[in-house]
Amino acid sequence: MAEITYRNASCLYENSDTLAVDSLNLDIQDGEFVVLVGPSGSGKSTALRMLAGLEDIDEGSISIGGRDMVGVPSKDRDIAMVFQNYALYPNKTVAENMGFALKMRGVGADERRRKVEQAAKLLDLTDYLDRKPAKLSGGQRQRVAMGRAIVREPQVFCMDEPLSNLDAKLRVQTRTQIAALQRRLGTTTVYVTHDQVEAMTMGDRVAVLRGGKLQQFSSPTELYDRPANAFVAGFIGSPAMNLLDARIVDGGVQIGSTVVDVERDRIASLHRAGLETVTVGIRPEQLEITDGDGVETIVELVEELGSESYVYTRVARSDTPLVARSLTRTPARLADTIRLRKREGTVHLFHPATGERVGD
Amino acid sequence: MSTTAPTAQQVPTPETVPVRTRKRKHRRANPWGVVAWIAALGFFFPVFWMVLTAFKQEADAYSDPPKFFFTPTLDQFRAVFDTGVGVSLLNSAFATGVSTILVLLLGVPAAFALSLRPVRKTKDALFFFISTKMLPIVAAIIPLYVIVANIGLLDNIWALIILYTAMNLPIAVWMMRSFFLEVPGELLEAASMDGANLWTSVREVILPLVSPGIAATALICVIFSWNEFFFAVNLTAVQAQTIPVFLVGFITGEGLYWARLSAAATMAALPVVLAGWLAQNKLVRGLSFGAIK
Repeated sequence: MAEITYRNASCLYENSDTLAVDSLNLDIQDGEFVVLVGPSGSGKSTALRMLAGLEDIDEGSISIGGRDMVGVPSKDRDIAMVFQNYALYPNKTVAENMGFALKMRGVGADERRRKVEQAAKLLDLTDYLDRKPAKLSGGQRQRVAMGRAIVREPQVFCMDEPLSNLDAKLRVQTRTQIAALQRRLGTTTVYVTHDQVEAMTMGDRVAVLRGGKLQQFSSPTELYDRPANAFVAGFIGSPAMNLLDARIVDGGVQIGSTVVDVERDRIASLHRAGLETVTVGIRPEQLEITDGDGVETIVELVEELGSESYVYTRVARSDTPLVARSLTRTPARLADTIRLRKREGTVHLFHPATGERVGD
Repeated sequence: MSTTAPTAQQVPTPETVPVRTRKRKHRRANPWGVVAWIAALGFFFPVFWMVLTAFKQEADAYSDPPKFFFTPTLDQFRAVFDTGVGVSLLNSAFATGVSTILVLLLGVPAAFALSLRPVRKTKDALFFFISTKMLPIVAAIIPLYVIVANIGLLDNIWALIILYTAMNLPIAVWMMRSFFLEVPGELLEAASMDGANLWTSVREVILPLVSPGIAATALICVIFSWNEFFFAVNLTAVQAQTIPVFLVGFITGEGLYWARLSAAATMAALPVVLAGWLAQNKLVRGLSFGAIK
């Protein structure tokens, strides 16, 4: 049983006066696939390395399966890690790479070979067992790194951006394979990435970090539908959610010369909070081009993706950018003036100063 | 997990054209290549002449114009052996071997600590090592002589071993450090996650990677110790005499015998050439890893 608990875990790097990870609290269940995501410098890798024992836990604690890990060296944590650059042993063959941990544990040669072959079969590496890493392609090396982790049958997998060295197509393919493999093995996994698509597609739950602090820890759909603050709202989703400051008026919020309607009780709660302006979040797919009433905008760029297109605009007579999705081809041309209307569904509202979600 | 066949290869690439021209360019005589050959032959010729002369009779060695074709003889080598070169050779071999082993035993762990496990003041420690090479040895020889005399190690090979170790240690630390720096730190982390302790990860993972570096470092130490003259001439006399000192003595004693002198010099040079040839395999292999990306 390997549930993982971060309790106010903090890490301070030498020569730095800000915490790389600041009082992180996470409860990860046994068998769960958790993704830590955030921009660079958000502390996601550090948080993972603290779990792996490669970085000190300066304050607070991390426990695995109820056992406190403060001061426990990596080798005694029963954790396997997949590194961004794979860190395969270049002087060992694929089989030796995968069997090294078992050898260290004193597992006999026969047993070792059996387990390595089993894992190799799972990862389609059987033909490469006698090769050195230098003779493998990037994708194969990535799989050897995975194999090295799963051969050990550890309590926890730690993966630090394992796909970032692969090309785009292979990355998408491997993404689903890793997720499927994890479900099959049922091993608790903590996965670090800066790619929000990876986070959304792979994780049972996703922890969004920024500046060492946890922003939100919930399921991908929850992150998308109810971002806890403006940062999460802008980070999850591509293209990013439109975030703009707007004045609160009767029945809604004012964008440009148009009023976008917001439910009555949410407006009331904004008033109760004493707010006059609010940060409004509208996803591009919540906006559509209309011939009728709408926010008047000027087209700056049109991105055609084939199945859909994104129209990048600026609100007329202001500097506010606004992105809308359109399901028709060539919905507008550069420098056209178009009107955007909010489709069904509600907008997100955030406190203009703190960025916290408000008005629910 | 399977990789799909890369489609990029099926597309005709524009690269094929430049590749062909590059090849053709290569075949044309490169003026720098000619210069390199001339320089190399120029450097090699004195050595070649020395070896050639070593196999001549004294009369052939003196002939004018110089003789390229003659009846080779081992007489000169026999004569050199009769003058007691054996002791000097043994002394040199012992001082070189022991000091090189000591340097590696001390220098490799130091370089490891200063690269993969850096401590505070790493830069200062490194500067300290290299600063010991800044003082000219001549300036230190009198105090060194007094110290060596006081501890009773004059004309004792162990005095040279200690000095050669101290002399080569900074170079070895710096050289080995640059090799260790090329080892990705994740390898150590991966090994520790795999359950290896420090000693096991060094032995199983790090040492195989830096072995070309160790070979290169050892070779440099061997060359420097074997050829060292200044300490040896000042601190040894008869018992602990090394081969460079013997050679110089030989020049003054038998300076007119060119062939015999060449034979002695050839014998002095041979071990270093052999060491270089043995290490070459390791040196050429270099540090092409494949661990990373």
